[in-house]
Formats: sequence, C-alpha cells, structure tokens
Amino acid sequence: MQLTVWTYEGPPHVGAIRIATAMKGIHYVLHAPQGDTYADLLFTMIERRDHRTPVTYTTFQARDLGSDTADIFQRACSDAFERFKPDAMLVGASCTAELLQDNPAGLAMALNLPIPVVPLELPSYQKKENWGASETFYRLTRALLTPRAQGFVKPEKAIGSRPSCNLLGPTALGFRHRDDITEITRLLNALGVDVNVVAPLDATAADIVRIPDADFNISLYPEISDVTVRWLERTFRQPTIRAVPIGVGATKDFITEVVKLAGLDPAVAQRVIPSRLPWYSRSVDSTYLTGKRVFIFGDATHVIAAARIATDEMGFTVVGIGTYTREFAREVRELATKLGVEALISDDYLEVEARIAELQPELVLGTQMERHIAKRLRIGCAVISAPVHVQDFPARYSPQMGFEGANVIFDSWIHPLMMGLEEHLIGMFRGDFEFSDAATPSHLGAGHGSHAHTTTAVAEAEPATADIQAAPAEHASVIPSVTDASIIWGADAETELKKIPFFVRGKARRNTERFAAMQGVGLITVETLYDAKAHFGR
Amino acid sequence: MTVHAPTPAAGCSEPVVQRQRGQRAVFCGLTGIIWMHRKIQDAFFLVVGSRTCAHLIQSAAGVMIFAEPRFATAIIEERDLAGIADAHDELDRVVDQLLARRPDIRLLFLVGSCPSEVIKLDLGRAAMRLDKRFNPACRVLSYSGSGIETTFTQGEDAALAAMVPGLPAAAQSGPSLLVVGALADVVEDQFRRLFTELGISRVDFFPPRRSTQMPAIGPDTVFLLAQPFLAETARLLETRGATRLAAPFPLGEQGTTGWLQAAASAFNVAPSLFDAATAAPRERASRAVARYAPQLGGKSIFFFPDSQLEAPLARFLANEAGMTITEVGMPYLHRQHLAQDMALLPPGTLITEGADVDLQMDRCRAARPDLVVCGLGLANPLEAEGLNTKWSIELVFTPIHGYEQAGDLAELFARPFIRKSRLLVELEPA
Repeated sequence: MQLTVWTYEGPPHVGAIRIATAMKGIHYVLHAPQGDTYADLLFTMIERRDHRTPVTYTTFQARDLGSDTADIFQRACSDAFERFKPDAMLVGASCTAELLQDNPAGLAMALNLPIPVVPLELPSYQKKENWGASETFYRLTRALLTPRAQGFVKPEKAIGSRPSCNLLGPTALGFRHRDDITEITRLLNALGVDVNVVAPLDATAADIVRIPDADFNISLYPEISDVTVRWLERTFRQPTIRAVPIGVGATKDFITEVVKLAGLDPAVAQRVIPSRLPWYSRSVDSTYLTGKRVFIFGDATHVIAAARIATDEMGFTVVGIGTYTREFAREVRELATKLGVEALISDDYLEVEARIAELQPELVLGTQMERHIAKRLRIGCAVISAPVHVQDFPARYSPQMGFEGANVIFDSWIHPLMMGLEEHLIGMFRGDFEFSDAATPSHLGAGHGSHAHTTTAVAEAEPATADIQAAPAEHASVIPSVTDASIIWGADAETELKKIPFFVRGKARRNTERFAAMQGVGLITVETLYDAKAHFGR
Repeated sequence: MTVHAPTPAAGCSEPVVQRQRGQRAVFCGLTGIIWMHRKIQDAFFLVVGSRTCAHLIQSAAGVMIFAEPRFATAIIEERDLAGIADAHDELDRVVDQLLARRPDIRLLFLVGSCPSEVIKLDLGRAAMRLDKRFNPACRVLSYSGSGIETTFTQGEDAALAAMVPGLPAAAQSGPSLLVVGALADVVEDQFRRLFTELGISRVDFFPPRRSTQMPAIGPDTVFLLAQPFLAETARLLETRGATRLAAPFPLGEQGTTGWLQAAASAFNVAPSLFDAATAAPRERASRAVARYAPQLGGKSIFFFPDSQLEAPLARFLANEAGMTITEVGMPYLHRQHLAQDMALLPPGTLITEGADVDLQMDRCRAARPDLVVCGLGLANPLEAEGLNTKWSIELVFTPIHGYEQAGDLAELFARPFIRKSRLLVELEPA
C-alpha cells in the first residue's frame, strides 16, 4: 500500500477514456461500480467539453455481485451499441471490476457486434493513466489497421505531390494539445508538408485506417504515441520524427529533421515565422532573468523541453528536475546528470514538496500540484505539464509547441516573476510598509492566487501548516535551522534576514545555513549572514 | 434498463413514484469526505482503495485545496492483492506513517472502498486493532464509502453511523435535542440561537466540530434530522433509545418552520412563544425568496438523481418559488424520513427512484424543462443543447438550510436564468 495525498495520474482506464473522448465515433463500455462516472467531469468541467464522454459505465452495486455482473456488462454493450451506433467499441474493466474477473473481452465478443470491438487489459493495480492512454491508442490502432497490414503496399504517390505525415499523440485533457496541433500543422504546411491524419484527437476509426498512407509519423507526445509509432515502424515501414518541438532550439531541430526526412530544400525553413523569444531574452529588461534558480517537474517530455528552454533560451539556472513518468525516467536522469543536478523520479507529491522546500528555487515550472506547493512556499510558478486544471485550458490560442509556443512560454514563465526595476526598488526601499511580505508583485494584482474552482469553495483554505518561510515569533531569541538541526539563528541575524525581500529570502536563508554548516558555525549571526552573501554572490 | 410501472405512494393526491435500474451517473460515498473532513476539524479520513479512489476525491474536490487536506488514500497495489504483503500489516504501516506526520489528528476513519470490499479486507477489525494501539491519543473507526454500497451523500450517513455506538450515554436528566447531519457552522449558530429563544437550551449538533465534543445520547434524547440521507444513523440513534422527531427538512421558510415546530411540540413550547421567536425570520426568509420570483415563478424544473435532497428542494421550489416540477429524480427515497416533505409536494409530482441515465436524458430532452438540476458530467453537454442547468453538487457544498439561507437557496436556482439574461453573446453554431 502506498500513502497518497494527491496523485499525478489517474488509473489506466482514465487514460483509455482520454483516448475515447478525444476521438469521434468510438464508444467505451467500462465495467465499473457506481461512482467511477466521476471521470466524466474531468472532461466536461476541466476541459469544458460540450458533449458527454462516450463511455457507458455498468455501475454495478453490491446486490449485483456474484449474481449477474457479467450479464449487466453484456447488456450495457448491446444497449450502448444500439443507442450510440459507434464505428468501433472499446471494452474493459476498472479497478474493482478487474477483481471480479468477469472477462469483458469474451462477453463483448460473444455478442458478435458488426463493428470492431477492442478489448483493453489495463492492470489497475500496476499501471497508471498515461500508460493506459498509450496502450489504448496502440490496441485500437493495431486492431483497426491489422486488416491492412497483410501484404501492405504503400499507395503510389502522384508525381509532384507534397510529402505527408501523421501527428500522433494528442488526447483529450492534454496540456495545450488542441493548440499545439494547430501550430504544428501550420508550421508543416509552411514547410510544404501535408498532415494526413491527426490522432487520436478528433480522429475517426476511418482516419486511423488511413495512417499508413502518410510518408512518416511525428510522435508529438511520446508518453501517448511512442508504443504506437514503434508498431507503425515495424508494420508499415513508416519512419518517425521524435524531436518534440517545444522551445526555439527544439523547434529548429524538429524542422531540420522534417526537412531531411521529407527530402525538402533546407531553404523552406525560412518560410516559418520565427519566434520573438530570442530577442525578448536578449533585450535588456530580461537581464533580471539571469541565473534565476528554477525547479522543473512534470511529464518527461515537457520537463526535458523546459530544461532546455530554461538554460539555453532564458538564461536560468536549473537547480532540480524530476518527473512522475517512470516510463521515461532514464531520459530525465541522463539530462539531470548533464545539468549537474539530481533527478527526482517520483509520483509522491510530498516528496516533490520536500525537494522544492529544500532547494528554495525562485521559480517552479510544474503541474497543478507544483502550483499548490509553490503557492504554499510563496514561490512563483508556471504550469508546463499535465495534470492541469480548468485555468490551464485558456480561451485564447496558447500553444506550447512551435515558435508561437515559444512566445507563449516566454510570457507565461516570466509572468510570476518580479520585473527588473520592481525587484531593484524593493531591494532599495525594503522598509516601505507596502513592500511587506504579504505584498504580491504589483503586476499580478491583489487578488492573484485565488484561482477559480471547478466545483465550489468546498474547502476553505486552512492556515498553512508547513510554511517554512513563515516569520518566527518576535520574542524568540533563537530559532532552529530549516535544513540542519544543529544550527540555530541568532535574533539579530533573524531580524536582518527579514529585511531581505521575501522572494529571495528563502534562498538567502538556505545559503546562510549551508555556509554555516560548511564553516562549522552553530549560531548564525549578522556576520555569518553577510559572510555567506559574500561567499555565494547574489 | 428496467422500468417499474409508476405506483401512487398512497392515495391519488400523493406523488407518483416510479423506479428505474440502469447506469447511474452519481458519485460514490467517498465524496462525502470532501465536506466531512472540514466539518470535524481533528478528524482524518484514510481511504483504503485504489488509484481511482484517490483520483475521484481530488477531482471532485477540484484539487484547489490550498492547505494539506485531512484525507488521503492508502492505495492497494499488486503485491497486496497477490498476497506478497499482508494487507493488515501494510495498513498498520501506513497508519503509523500518517499519524507520525499528523500528530494533531484525534479521530481516524478507515474508509472502505469498492476494491477493499470486493477483496473482503476487514476494516472493522483493522480499526479495532489500531484503536487499541492509539486510543486515547487517537480513536480509530471505520465505515464504507464504496460505490457498491453507498451513493454520494450516503457516505456521510455511514461516517456518522460509525460514530453512534461510541457516543457517551446521557444521564437521564430531562429531554435534550440533537440535530443530526453536517451543517455549515454559521447555520448551526443560527439554529442554536433560535432554539435558545424557544427555551430549548440543551441542544447538540452531530457531527461535532471536534471529535472531543461528542454529544451524549440516551432515552431522553430527541433528534431532528437536518439532512434526508441519514437512514442508518437515525436507525442506530433509535437503538440507543433516542427518538426521531418527524418533520419536513429545514429548507426554505415552510420547511424550516415545520422543522422547528417539531422540536417546539416535543419541548412543549407555547404557540405564542414560537410565533414570537419565528415571526421575524419567517418574514425575512419569505422576503428574501420573493426577490427571485421574477426569475423562478412559473418555470419548470427537472431533477437528475444526486443527493436525496431533491424531494425537499422540489417542495421548496414549488411552494415558495412558484416553480413547476417536471420530474424529481432521487437515488433513493426514504419514505419514512421524507413523509412530511412528500405530503407537501404538489399532488401528482413525478418522483423517479434509482436511475437509468440514458432514459432520463431522453425524458429530459423531450420535456425541455426551463431548468435541469444535474451532475457535473451532464451540465455542460445539456447547456450545449440549449438547456439551463444547475450543478447539483453545489446544493450539498453551500449553506442552504434555515431561514437566513432561504434567499441564498432560491438564488442558486435563479442564477442560471439571471446569467442567461445578462449574456448578449450568441453561441456560434458548431
């Protein structure tokens, strides 16, 4: 058993629902108890979808156990077929039904429905949401394409026709997938490449069958598409572009790979409208971004991309990276080694929180979980990866991929940071009563931080229990160190520390304690504080 | 899937009840943890379940909880199922870890789930074992919030029922009143003031705000249910000798007056005193509801089954806001506890007990009601079809009981109409 407060990923059948919901004309019959229908609201509320999720849940109850749950499942399949008339059906079990061993695959097959029926085996007690999405996309693609695989001959292309590709991986509830697809389709069209099929997002069963017609595949979201593109490589000899175009450098690499694979003139790259990020990063206002310490956590693809942007395109210092995607842990570990930091491979929210508290970064790039952590620790945060919440599905066009994606990233990452002059003013006039710890950056407004709820104000915020930056009681003469129990702060040093603007105070505290530990100093004085400052620099 | 022929409850002026079985689009009882863990401030709810359970609670809670929540999930893994790890040893380890982290917790609920019940993990036994170890620093109880046993608000019933056997016995020293069902603190305070004015001074609320303030009960205890979904809790209170006062539920002016009247009668409060104490708030409640008459009067409303609050809500909207009731869907209908509300419903009101969500969608689309009360999974799809909706979950997470909230309750139903009348942007056809 694992003690879990928040979870980064849902169970694998939620991944399957993300595939079914993304597509058109696909229905998922899920053997599941009453209550599992909560998954619908992820799509209708968080993503504001205007249709019901295409899922029939059997919603069996205790009184059904042992008697006729199999019968309930079979009836649900035939009812769903009659009512929704899907082009293909996915069938499977959620965690509870998995324990009943009713064999949804066999029961559904016995109905002899006149459509492809794809059984899903998603082990709920071992695997998680992204794995479930990947497996579902693979099983469905494989089932629909197997008839074409036998003796496959690629259709002749008309002379002079443009090269074509498939964009694979975007799903329902994906972080900015909708806008990424628009952006990358535009980019490819500018290069002279047609998009044959986008899947699973908005694809039909017939679209899946057309996948082998394209010259190559683009694996946009490897967490979802990697298994499928490997099968397409083996079965239809379709090569794959694996460069993920998030950030200016990565987008350029992506263009280079596409140009090479499609046999285009490298000059076509000039047709793509470039990003403003390189100039924005060089303009003098961005000087204040130099060396900002960032912590990055999310799915592996977005973390790897964000680390490159942070270091090469923003001039930040990456102080820690991590991912909850165990399937791509190796890649993240390799990157961490290059960056000289330790990778955190974990889906334990408490562990991530502890790491951020320990590192005291100036900016957190993470998921909605890290947004909560950062809020509690009073550190700026921008969201870069699923899982995300309703405010991360903006009305405006805001891709992460391509050159426009790089523009969006520049804006959204610097938004939570103090602006250059503001930071200097606070440094100089920290005694000003409005520069108190409670004051947020002026450009964020007083109400910043009170995000909209999807449900209602169910839970009132309770006083933060672990606010490690909380000022100690005035009367305390000494306070214990945060990072090292053998070190204490003298009252004068503590008072001096409070004069440091709150958004760098955590770093100053941590540096001072590290310095004290290095020097074997047990009691931190004002001297120690400034010695540490001299030692570490800003 | 199965439709039973409508049967009149009793006599032709009563509501007509039809029963259905099929796909249910409702939460399971685990969802109750979202409000229960805020109500009892030193309690912690540990779900023993799957990743689905953990995902459900955080999705339903909106994951917008700023502070660390007082709930968590002990996620059952493959090795627990395969018997490699002893599930009880694992649970003990998780509880040790949890209580070491949260030494402020005084009451721990082990909450059963669908998987824990299917594998027959005996949480009652685990709770007894752990209680022996941690009592008195922390009491350990168990209940089931599983979807195979409970629907949405029944989770609160199961949690309260788990506490009843441990309630201290009251000394037999005259009657006392117990109000049963989680209410917002502000509503409790309002009710307490009203009971004081009526001369009823010995009033307790259950659940209490802290687990150390458990009310004493005994044969001299009379109790009022504040919520219609507390069947098992009421039954267990009765086995402890307490007596339930039959009353409509305290929603709106009519319901609140009937509810207070039940207590007043039991405590022999003089009618003149009752009128004096309630006249002003009654008038205030009616005035507050009347503000929304322009939006609500004459409009039709259709309830999908959700919380069991549907019957008293329909009664309030029909009698005080002038709405027409198209259909009242309820997951369960406790005929005894809801008898007073049922009797006050307009004659012939159609109540559907149980659900088949697809058939209910068909009926709703055919009826085209002015307002649909439904769950979060259906609201946006119905809005996209041009229907006005009200999320049912908001009715459970908002203070709606009592005189001073009657206007707020009406406003919740009026808001979709007010909003629609403000918006001048048209939806573009897809």
